[in-house]
Order: sequence, then C-alpha cells, then structure tokens
Amino acid sequence: MTDRVLAVEMTDITKSFPGVLANEDVDLSVAEGEIHAVIGENGAGKSTLMKILYGMQAPDEGTIKVHGSEVHFRSPKDAIDAEVGMVHQHFMLADNLTVLENIVLGAEPHSGIQLDFSQARVRIKELGETYGLGVDPDALVETLTVGSRQRVEILKVLYRGAKILILDEPTSVLVPQEVDELFSNLKEIKKEGETVIFISHKLDEVLTVADIITVMRDGRTVATVHPEDVDTKQLAELMVGSELPTPETTESTVTDVVELSVAGLNAENEYGRAVLTDISFEIHRGEIVGIAGVEGNGQAELIDAIMGIHPLTAGSISYGGNSIDDWSTKQRRNAGIGIIPADRHRQGLLLYSPLWENAMLGHQTTEPFASGPWINRSGARKRTAEIIDRFDVKTPGPDVLAAALSGGNQQKLVVGREMSADPTTLIAAHPTRGIDVGAQAAIWDELRDARAAGLGVLLVSADLDELIGLSDTLLVMYGGEIVAALDPQEVTPEVLGGYMTGLGEAAAS
Amino acid sequence: MRKFLLSLLAPVIALIFAFAVASLALLATGNDPLEAYSLMWSFGTTTTSIASMVNRAIPLYISAVAVAIGFQMGLFNIGVEGQYLLAAMFAGWVGGNIVVWAPLHITIILLVAIVVGALWAGIAGILKTARGVSEVISTIMLNFIAFSVIAYLLFNYFRDDPQALNLRTPVLPESGLMPNLNFLFTFFGFTEPRGTEMEGFLIVAIAVGVFYYLLVDRTRFGFELRSSGMNPGSALMAGVNPNRMINATMLISGGIAGLVGLSTLMGNLGAYTQDFPRQLGFTGIAVALLGRNNVIGMALGALLFGFLDRSALILDLNDIPKEVVQIMQGVIVLAVVIAYEVVNRWLARREIKAAAKATKEMEEEPEAMAA
Repeated sequence: MTDRVLAVEMTDITKSFPGVLANEDVDLSVAEGEIHAVIGENGAGKSTLMKILYGMQAPDEGTIKVHGSEVHFRSPKDAIDAEVGMVHQHFMLADNLTVLENIVLGAEPHSGIQLDFSQARVRIKELGETYGLGVDPDALVETLTVGSRQRVEILKVLYRGAKILILDEPTSVLVPQEVDELFSNLKEIKKEGETVIFISHKLDEVLTVADIITVMRDGRTVATVHPEDVDTKQLAELMVGSELPTPETTESTVTDVVELSVAGLNAENEYGRAVLTDISFEIHRGEIVGIAGVEGNGQAELIDAIMGIHPLTAGSISYGGNSIDDWSTKQRRNAGIGIIPADRHRQGLLLYSPLWENAMLGHQTTEPFASGPWINRSGARKRTAEIIDRFDVKTPGPDVLAAALSGGNQQKLVVGREMSADPTTLIAAHPTRGIDVGAQAAIWDELRDARAAGLGVLLVSADLDELIGLSDTLLVMYGGEIVAALDPQEVTPEVLGGYMTGLGEAAAS
Repeated sequence: MRKFLLSLLAPVIALIFAFAVASLALLATGNDPLEAYSLMWSFGTTTTSIASMVNRAIPLYISAVAVAIGFQMGLFNIGVEGQYLLAAMFAGWVGGNIVVWAPLHITIILLVAIVVGALWAGIAGILKTARGVSEVISTIMLNFIAFSVIAYLLFNYFRDDPQALNLRTPVLPESGLMPNLNFLFTFFGFTEPRGTEMEGFLIVAIAVGVFYYLLVDRTRFGFELRSSGMNPGSALMAGVNPNRMINATMLISGGIAGLVGLSTLMGNLGAYTQDFPRQLGFTGIAVALLGRNNVIGMALGALLFGFLDRSALILDLNDIPKEVVQIMQGVIVLAVVIAYEVVNRWLARREIKAAAKATKEMEEEPEAMAA
C-alpha cells in the first residue's frame, strides 16, 4: 500500500443538525481500487458522511477531493458527473418496470427524440459480464429476488459511469448466501479497478471483504485499520469505545417477584423472515437485565414486541403476573411500562413541538397531563418544569421547541419523562448513546436509584461497559436468538464480543 | 405581541405579492388597477356586500376546517366535495319530509348531514386502514361516485314533484330554516342589507371553529392526532393507534364536511336542487392552506375569499374582466404557502439559535463560577 492513489479524500468534514453534531472534523482517505469499509454504530455519522460525499447534503466545513481535485457537490447529479455513485440501503427501483428500464431511468438513451433501448441492452449485458452481475435486462423487477434487485442497483450506478461506488449497509437486506454473492461481485468490481466504499456495522463481514477499515464513533473517525491487524473484538472495542467512565452497580437488589416475563417469543419481519426466535427471559423487581448484541440482531423487534408494536408469531408476554398479549401499546404504557426508545428523534420526540408537549408524549392520558378528555396545560407545564429541574435539562424553559436542545438534553428530557411517571418496568434502549459524559453519569445514577427502589429494567445497549457495569443479568442476542446468558460480575468485554459476533466462547479464549 | 406581528409577516407578504400580480394582469388588459381596487373596495364594503361576503365565507370556512382536521394528522381529504353534496341532499330530503318543533327540526337536519358526511368519508378511512389505499385516491374516486349516487337518488327517489323540470328535494318547511341575522346590522346602527339575508348558519360555523380549536389544541385526542401527523414513529411508541386515529379523523372530517352545504340548504335555497352550489370542497382546501389550519387564520381566509368573490361583481359592470379576482385568489394561495414556508423556516432557525445560545450560557455559568 505504498503507492496509494487517492480516489476520495475528505478532510475536516463537519456537519451539524439541530441538536446533533453528526460529523466533527472527519477525515476519510480512500485509495483507488480498494474496498474501503466505514463502520460504526447507528448514529456514529457514517450515513451523514456518505450523503455528503454523494452530494445529498452539504458539509458545514471541510473539503472533499475526488481523484485529486477539489469538488463542491450541490446534488447527487454533480456527484454522478464526478463518477461517484451510491447504492442505497433501501432500493429505489420501480417494481413494474423491467431491469433495463430501471437502469436507464433518468438517463434514457435516445436517437433524436426516440428512445433507443437496443444500445443500452448491449451495454448492460457487457457490464453484467465484466463485473459478474448477471441479470436479465428484460425481467420485471417485481419478479426478482432481493439479491438480484441489489445487483440491478449496482448496475444502475455502474451504467452511469461511476468509478467510485458507495454501498450503504448493503448486507442488511440479504440472506447469508446472497451476502457471499455480493462479496464476490464486489471483488470483481475491484478487479476492474473501481473503488468501493462499504458501510456496515457487521464486523465479521467487514473483515471478510474490506482492504482497509475506517471506524467512526460519535461523529468522529477514531481509527483506520487493516483487517489483517485486527479481530472482531478489537473492532468492537474501537466502535463502542471503552474510555468512558465505568458504571457500577452496588450490591444486588434483585427480588423474587417477577415483573415482566417473556416466554418463547417468535416474530417475523415484513418479508416473512424470522427476526426473533424462541426468546425467553424474566425481569424481577429491582433487577436490570442487559441485552448485548451488535445492532440489527433482533433487539429493536424485541422492544417493539414488548411494547405491543411488532406482532408475534408465537410466544407470550406477561406483566405483573397477567398476560398482556391482548393489550394495546397504550394499556401497556399506562400500566407502568416505561420506554426510552433507541432513536429519540424517530420514536421519542416531537422535534417541532414545545418541551411540555414532549414531556406528555406517551403519558398523554394520565395525570397530571390530562384531566378527563382534556389536556391540562398548566399541569403539563408544571411537570415539565419539575423534569427540567430534577434531570438537569439545560433549556430556557418548557415552551422551547425540542429541536432547540442539544442531543444530551433531549435524551435527559426523555429519560426524565419516563422516570417521573414512576414506571414499574423500564425498557431502556441505548439510554446514554450520543450524550456527554456528565449526562451519562446522571442517567446511570437515576437507573441505579430506581432499581434500588424496585424498578425492573431491560437495558439494551451497545456500550459494553454500560452493560457489564449496570446489569444484574446479561443476555446476548445474535441472529434473533439469545445465544448466551452471562454473569456480568465475571464476564469481560472480550468474551462478550465473542458471543456478539456469533463465534461463541471459542473466539473469546 | 412581537410574536403576533411576526405571524402576520407571511400573509402580508403574500397579499402584497398577489396584488402586484393582479395589477400586472389589469395593466396588461389595459385597465387601471387603482381604479379597479377602489371600485371593489367601495362596492365591497356596503352592508349588503358584507352580508353577502359572510354568506360566501360560511361554507368555505366549514369546508376548510374539515380539510384542516385531516391535515393535522397528515391526511388529505379531497373528498369534502362529495361528502357535503351527498350530506346536503339527504339532509334536504329528510328535513323536507317532516314538520316538527323548529329547534328539533334544525337539529335533525344537522345530524343527518353530519352522519352522512361522516359515513361517506369513513369509507376512505376503512379503505386506508384495512387495505392501505391512499386516502387521496379514494376520496377523489368517492367524489365521482357521490355525484352519480346523487343524480340517481334525486331523479328516482328524492325529487318532490315528478313533473317538474328542475329536480329538487321537497322544500323545507319554515321550521327547518335558519332565521337570518340582518337584525345585527340595525342593532349596531348600520343600514340593513337590501336583497340579501345574512345567514343564521354563521352561528354553526362559529361553533364548528370553536369545536375545532378545542378538539385539536385542548384535548388528549387532539394531541394524539397532531402527534401522529408530526411524527408517526413517536406517536406509535406513545401508544397512539394509527389505524384508530385515521378512522376517527376521517369520520370527524367528513362529519364537518357534511355541514358545508347546509347554510345554503337552510338559508336561501330551502331545498337540494340540481344547481346546488359546487366546488366549495375544493375551494375549502385553498382556504385551509391560506389559513394554515389555524382557527382564526382560516376564518380570515374564508372572509377574504368571500370579499373577493362579492366585490368582483362590480368589475364586470365597469368592463373590467372579473377573472382578475380568480387570478388573485390563486396567487394568494400559492404565495401564502411559499411565504409561510420561508418565514417559518427562518423563525424556527431563529428560535433554535436563541435557545442554543441561552442553554450555552446556562451551561457555562457553573464553570465560570468555579473559575
């Protein structure tokens, strides 16, 4: 790698959104003809960085060079003109058109004013042969498998002359065999001299296919490593970071009373693929049950199932000794199940509403937010002021828009909202992700105090130190199953990492 | 106060722009814009014109509220047109066939209209929740079906006189009509409008506005409605059942839409006729956009449209094309939508910056004290 001709060079990229610093002084250098993986947790800033490179968003600061010359993309069209193409995570194909029509869509070949598909058909066949992306140009897209659709997306980008391909989480929709096919396609593409930027958070895949790996965390690039120098455990540590203050619970407060019990849960996604398989566990009063796992291994579906949002194909959930399978989400919440959602912007807040309305979200039918069918505005404001005070939310007042707060303060509001409703069970997904160290310590303290007072907690986190430090029981999810139940007193991040990557104990030793 | 003035910024910019475009159109056709405007103003501000303006504004306002309820939850009810026409015909037929104590009679007519409008809109709700059909498509289609159903029922079953050339439902007896409000003018010392009766249905329109405000801004239901519209993911986590909200919203929107035609039915027409006023459902969409779903804003928008429609009448008499008013209405809606978007983004950015600054100062304070 002495002679790296740079295809892409991004320097000091900074991009902020209201309340979030998505990218902060990010550097990324990608050499021509390499498969460069960018990995990081959800929210680490990978997607933002790629959207900037593809011209979908403009950086606040920083420079981008493509093939050595500085560029200022104002739209994806500019990026395509500079031979940068992107394959999105969610396919953008018209089901009722043929492969050929989809590929030429937006760049239709013509002689005069007449469409001329014959040339395009030849070209697509050539491309397919060169890169090993065999797809029948005249097949209807709706008849294709997910893997073939992805090949169409890749062909589409190549057809437009891209020499630099960005693939955003390409494996998240594929079954294992399709993943293998994709990887061999990528190697073909590389052989032809094109550059591939591959976004993922699946460590084993990255190690299989990438020539070089850039790790992002909290909006920054934290390391660039070669796959032969690292293993999954080290990568996981880089991704999650371990310099954070260690959360530690004091003596056990676990009681014998079962608060929430989950038995034999099975669930499928919308395509009918299993996302949860035989999940069973119990949460006792005063117990924190931690769920470890690389994201996308069923944790989100498990939380949704407990909240009554994701349908079950089998299994049962009971709460306080009663089956709640027939309960609506609202009944579950009003009965005392609190939720700190994984993505506060998509699932926890109304960004363009005032804080007091955000503080009542999820508790809108209970005191002090409601009296009868009416909203109690003064009660809601008063409770919001209490939350602001008790949880140290930095804000000028309860009438400010939620979007105006920093990410940490938004999270403190969400945590405060749930804790001040005195739940008996709390589902906490990544409760301290993306927030500063001080706020993190304050949230851990709250969780510990509530646990001592009898709260049962399901803690889903990607922060291994948080999991080990807070949990009384630690479960590991992989591929929609619980693959291990570990004692947090004895487990190390290395052992945990082994289970999380599906290698089991073997990798840990 | 400052906030109030800022909220006027967008509509004022839009109005000025619309007047400028209309002036250009007038100049292009060889007319003096100032002359046209002064004619419109002096004609439009007589008490007769004001009564007429209010009469025109009433159904537009109710129609706008019906559309706005859907907008609050992210639903686009384009079917107000079919809902109100169908509701008005049923209400006219039921009301024309009974004679009871006036308050009861009026209540029955209102209820029939609300129920018919709600049920018709409810079809779109069920199609969306059960089958995933976009309400935009289904409400447009339901409009066409409603027109045909009306023609069929009116011709075969609901007409009062099989011999008459003009198809209509039986004329409402006195007890089913709304008293007019012309006494208000004399009460406040103005001259009574001549040849026009300000419709008593104004009271219902005001009640609809109050209902809308209370429902959307003050009730739990309204909060859940707005939450679903703003962020479906957060609302779902908060225990709001999206399908129930869609059905409820369509029913309420349709119920209100059912009232749109009643000011005419229970006012000057007294029956559902073949030439019953149309297009109110579509103009209501424009008024809802103009008033930004705000209870007062939509009232002002409806009155503005009513004023322009009424005062346009004078233009023809002076050989000025009255189509210039339609140009103005169209440009106002477009300009308001754009101006609001621009001004609101600017205001949101301002507020976020101000709050960020304030929080930053708060965060720095303890450190400053420590140092």
